[in-house]
Amino acid sequence: MTVAVSIEGIDKRFQAFQALRSVSLDIQPGEFVALLGPSGSGKTTLLRLIAGLEQADAGRVLFGDVDTRDLSLRDRRIGFVFQHYALFKTMTVAENIAFGLRSRPRAERPDGAEIKRRVEALLELVQLPGLERRYPSQLSGGQRQRIALARALAIEPQVLLLDEPFGALDARIRKDLRAWLRDLHSRTGHTTVFVTHDQEEALELADRVAILHEGRLEQVGTPDDVYDHPATPFVCEFLGEANRLPVKIVGSQAFLDDRPVLGGLTQNQGGPAALYVRPHHLKLVDDVPLSIPGIVEELRRTGPLRRAEIAVSGLAKRLDLDLTSQVAPAIGERVRVKITHATAFATA
Amino acid sequence: MTASTASSGWRQPSILPGLGLSLGITLTALSLVVLIPLAALFIKAASAGPAEIWAIATSPRTLAALRLSFLGALLAAAVNAVFGLILAWVLVRYDFPGKRLVDAAVDLPFALPTAVAGIALAAIYAPNGWVGALLAPYGIKVAYTPLGVMVALIFVGLPFVVRMVQPVLEESQGDIEEAAALLGASRLRTIFKVILPPVLPALLTGFVLAFARAVGEYGSVIFIAGNVPMLSEIAPLLIVIKLEQFDYAGAAVIATLMLLMSFALILLVNLIQARTRKRLGDV
Repeated sequence: MTVAVSIEGIDKRFQAFQALRSVSLDIQPGEFVALLGPSGSGKTTLLRLIAGLEQADAGRVLFGDVDTRDLSLRDRRIGFVFQHYALFKTMTVAENIAFGLRSRPRAERPDGAEIKRRVEALLELVQLPGLERRYPSQLSGGQRQRIALARALAIEPQVLLLDEPFGALDARIRKDLRAWLRDLHSRTGHTTVFVTHDQEEALELADRVAILHEGRLEQVGTPDDVYDHPATPFVCEFLGEANRLPVKIVGSQAFLDDRPVLGGLTQNQGGPAALYVRPHHLKLVDDVPLSIPGIVEELRRTGPLRRAEIAVSGLAKRLDLDLTSQVAPAIGERVRVKITHATAFATA
Repeated sequence: MTASTASSGWRQPSILPGLGLSLGITLTALSLVVLIPLAALFIKAASAGPAEIWAIATSPRTLAALRLSFLGALLAAAVNAVFGLILAWVLVRYDFPGKRLVDAAVDLPFALPTAVAGIALAAIYAPNGWVGALLAPYGIKVAYTPLGVMVALIFVGLPFVVRMVQPVLEESQGDIEEAAALLGASRLRTIFKVILPPVLPALLTGFVLAFARAVGEYGSVIFIAGNVPMLSEIAPLLIVIKLEQFDYAGAAVIATLMLLMSFALILLVNLIQARTRKRLGDV
């Protein structure tokens, strides 16, 4: 059974530090939501609030129609996966997974054979059959985290909460587990909230991404939404790379140092603004209207693409540009750059 | 050529140099400080002859002293295990004014000359002392009784348990407790199934250390015990008494007995320890 989660106007303060500022978020039953933000943005605090491990100063969290303040930790039925596994190291894998079932009041507790059957089924689900009698210390990091997930699923949770579950693992295993978790979610269908500071992870896994910054919810939306239409400068800079150009908008055109660099703007009223341009939205062009002259100062390899750093007069930082063609300019060459797509935010 | 193969036959080549040298130094030091004196003790004890050894070892006064020393030390260590654990728990888990002071005070029994502790305890627990006066109306006498011995032994052993358990509690705090609570475990279940088991090896070590210290304790006990033969006379005191009577063999026999019993007990606990520790890796 899986429920909707409604977060309504949550405030949370730790002494002088305001961790969350009137955060509201609605999560549909079965939805996979990623809470994304840099460290200190309040994402883990929000997750712990949903779990009931922290108490809000204001606002409330609903599971379906039920106010969670009326529920004990046990009755909330939360599957929680910690960044550092938090497995019980004196117990075997099977005992770890069965812990939640054995903790139930006697009347609701399944009998031994049933528990054994469920442990086996869960180990099957997390693709680690036959590890019942191992101790956590005998498992690799990736295996431990999957056991932790099996333990969380054993109590048939209403909501699954994951606190940077892959944070302690190396890059290869992270990637494998990501795909595996996505697949697991589509099979089990738990309402899932996933905390991460890795934007790639959030974009790849989640149905919707909620981006937090300094305790505020900056934007909530599908991965495509937040990546293509960032609502704030922060979201724009946090999700992937972006060049920032200080411009002046007059009419539908943006001017850098009195040179028009981009046209067809509609959303801005005019005045000073910051133009955010992703490296792959910059193109090397011949001398065409709205192109910016610059000098190639650096060439680097970034995975599949090559990156050119181009110095432009009037800009303190070089522009990052992804080269799409095999023909690369030489260092020191004079080039012209055109913006193919950008997001503008008015600056005060 | 042959020499080099012969030397590498029993020694794994290692990038850490100086095994031979450091092993030599430590073994020499260990021999000078521990092994040779203990060997001398056995030789001295053996000089008494079998019949005499048996007579000394089974004399009622010796048995009473050994019983008091070992039972007292075991009980004191057990009390320390319980209260030391609670004290460590409080120090790790809670913030309260004066916490650092309490934390520092735990080490005082380490630092204080034991005679000072003994005199202080005797003064407080004597029938006219602060605490003793409160207990006297109920007919409870602490100073100059076996109970007094216990108090002194608990005093000297306390820091061991606290200092052993504290770091383990600190390390395992937080996550696992929250995990247990979210999985629906009651508080009692969380404490006994989740929090205590990882602490157990450290607790056992603390128990052994407190016990070892208590068995050998002399200074603080003799001031509060009253030292009545057969009643509140501890084995170390009996050894000193024998020495003062120039009964070196008798002293050596009792000392050897204590040594063997302590060694057997500590070995036993260490074996239990090794069994529990084997499966507890670092998680």
